[in-house]
Amino acid sequence: MEARGLVKRYGDREALKGVDFAAHPGELVAVIGPNGAGKTTLLSILAGTLRADAGTVESPNGHVGWVPQRASLYRRLTVEENLLLFARLEGVGDPRGVVEEMLGLTGLGERRGEVVARLSGGNQQRVNIAIGLLARPAVLLLDEPSVGLDPRQRARLWEFIAGLAGRGTSVVFSTHDIQEAERYGQRLLVLADGEGLFDGSAAELRETVRGEAPEAAGGDFETAFLSYLQHRGH
Amino acid sequence: MRWLLLKDLTILRRSPLQAVLLVAYPILIALLIGFAISREPGKPRVAFLNEIPPGARVAGGNGKLPAVGVNRRICRQVECVDVGSRGEAERKVRDGDVLAALILPADLIDRLNSLSTLSPETPEVEVLVNEENPLKAQAVDDRITALLARANLFIARQIAQEGGRYLNLVVDGGSFDVLGQAVEILGLRDTASILEALRPDVPAARRPELDRVIRFATLARDNLDVAAPLIDRLAQPIAVDKQTVSAPTPPLEVFAVAVAATLTLTFVVLLLVAGSLALEREEGTFARLTGGLVSRSALLAEKLGLGVAVGLLVTLLMLAGVQLFAGLAWSRFGLWLAAILLGGGAFAAAGAALGAAARDVRSVSLLAFMVSLPVALLSLVPSGAVGATLYDAIRVLTALFPFKPALEAMTAALDSAGPGIGAPLFHLTILIAAYTALARLALRRFAAV
Repeated sequence: MEARGLVKRYGDREALKGVDFAAHPGELVAVIGPNGAGKTTLLSILAGTLRADAGTVESPNGHVGWVPQRASLYRRLTVEENLLLFARLEGVGDPRGVVEEMLGLTGLGERRGEVVARLSGGNQQRVNIAIGLLARPAVLLLDEPSVGLDPRQRARLWEFIAGLAGRGTSVVFSTHDIQEAERYGQRLLVLADGEGLFDGSAAELRETVRGEAPEAAGGDFETAFLSYLQHRGH
Repeated sequence: MRWLLLKDLTILRRSPLQAVLLVAYPILIALLIGFAISREPGKPRVAFLNEIPPGARVAGGNGKLPAVGVNRRICRQVECVDVGSRGEAERKVRDGDVLAALILPADLIDRLNSLSTLSPETPEVEVLVNEENPLKAQAVDDRITALLARANLFIARQIAQEGGRYLNLVVDGGSFDVLGQAVEILGLRDTASILEALRPDVPAARRPELDRVIRFATLARDNLDVAAPLIDRLAQPIAVDKQTVSAPTPPLEVFAVAVAATLTLTFVVLLLVAGSLALEREEGTFARLTGGLVSRSALLAEKLGLGVAVGLLVTLLMLAGVQLFAGLAWSRFGLWLAAILLGGGAFAAAGAALGAAARDVRSVSLLAFMVSLPVALLSLVPSGAVGATLYDAIRVLTALFPFKPALEAMTAALDSAGPGIGAPLFHLTILIAAYTALARLALRRFAAV
């Protein structure tokens, strides 16, 4: 997936100021930045749910799985009914087969008949992700997927996502948790005030900081990240 | 689109309160309308106390008029509850057992009789009412006024009839009963004949005087002949000749069924479509659906289809319920369908516009009620009931909302009397197009808000 010169304006405010982006097969890309940096706007444009004012997006065969931050599910339908509905709307060849596969993949097989409203936040997020995977997308976009999950659920979620990347799916996720980005993101895209400030690995970002503020580079990654932003006026 | 439709129906089934309301509402409306139109309006209960002494009669001249039977007449108009005393009458009115109490005081006949004397007194009856609130006060006032107007008219006619009989006696002569004794009245006609027969025997010098008397008797006879119908007209001087200038109207019960069906359609379709569309945003599924799975137009069409389908089902259910109480013209079923489908379509489009404009299900439900209820009530305001300018404003407002044309279409579909169905159906078609366009426009910013 590749995007060039993305611009998005909300009235007078520019949420994205000509951002470039690329994700390769099997790659895990973390999009990080302070509040209002443009992370959700970027992912929404990549997912096709928001139109950019300028710039282009190229996605492989149009198959992009989208997992919004807030679980977009019908809470009065069961887990299975939700998956089956979206599988049919996606137009997949064997909806029931794909649903069975997703139930197995997300470990929700035993809760298939449960109404979504009765599920915990973590399980709702798993259904949310499963819906994003129904059409077997080449690229999966996740907007803050671990928000609201307890540590054990987070661990299971990242294990699951890493497995997807291992099978060749490009995974792009946004997060506020800098440690999480360092641990799971093979590449980081740093946004601030709609600008793309950095595109590279966590180690490369730490190296950059080492040249600017050696004391910050020696600490945890969050300190190094904050120092990086500070040196660029954010 | 069928998967979305099935999904919405499943969600509807999973919302017990909504589902029960959708089924219970038409049944309740059908029962209420059914009971209302299958029974005659109940007579108001009025406590009746007659204090007139037995045998008292209304006098006329030197004789007596026959009893006019006012109490019998009154009790034909209302349900009379006989009471033995004024205290009992007051208690029944205060407790709400009766609408009012009517007391015929003991001196009523004396006062009636005094009308033909030099010192007339106004006959009065007493009415006790309990005016709990302005509405009841107005209703009681109207009922009692109408009741007494009828009684007064009846008495006036009886008296006029009796007066006419006396006039005939004066003109034609006959027998008249005074204190049980028959008195023979000669009459003007015979008086003139007798005097003319006597004329040749009267001395010539006195004949001019006799001729004056004969002329008077003849003139009086001829003119009093026309007085009898005049007295009769005095009892009710103005007659009403009502002519309807509008198209014939359907029977009241048909109009009541049409109002009920249109109200059912309004609330079921409007709330369902508006709520269902708002739910897509509340659940966060709108962006996911329109992010490549379905187009916004297709989603809108699905919601309209859902509203029309459920509206059709519920309205037909309601009409089938009404059928148990009143005969509906099932031969006009095709027209019913046209009215329900286009009416439902217009309400669905209006509901979609509301649903797309509001943020969540709660606010859209409130908005739907706040818009539809006043408009429905305004649509029932007849011309002439308010000032001309206000009525023009009401006409414009009600023309912008589907209730009035839907009601007109439903009324025309249920009964052949009244204006045709073509104009309201055309009006509904325009509203469908306009509201659908509005809803589509509002959906552009639906996910972004």
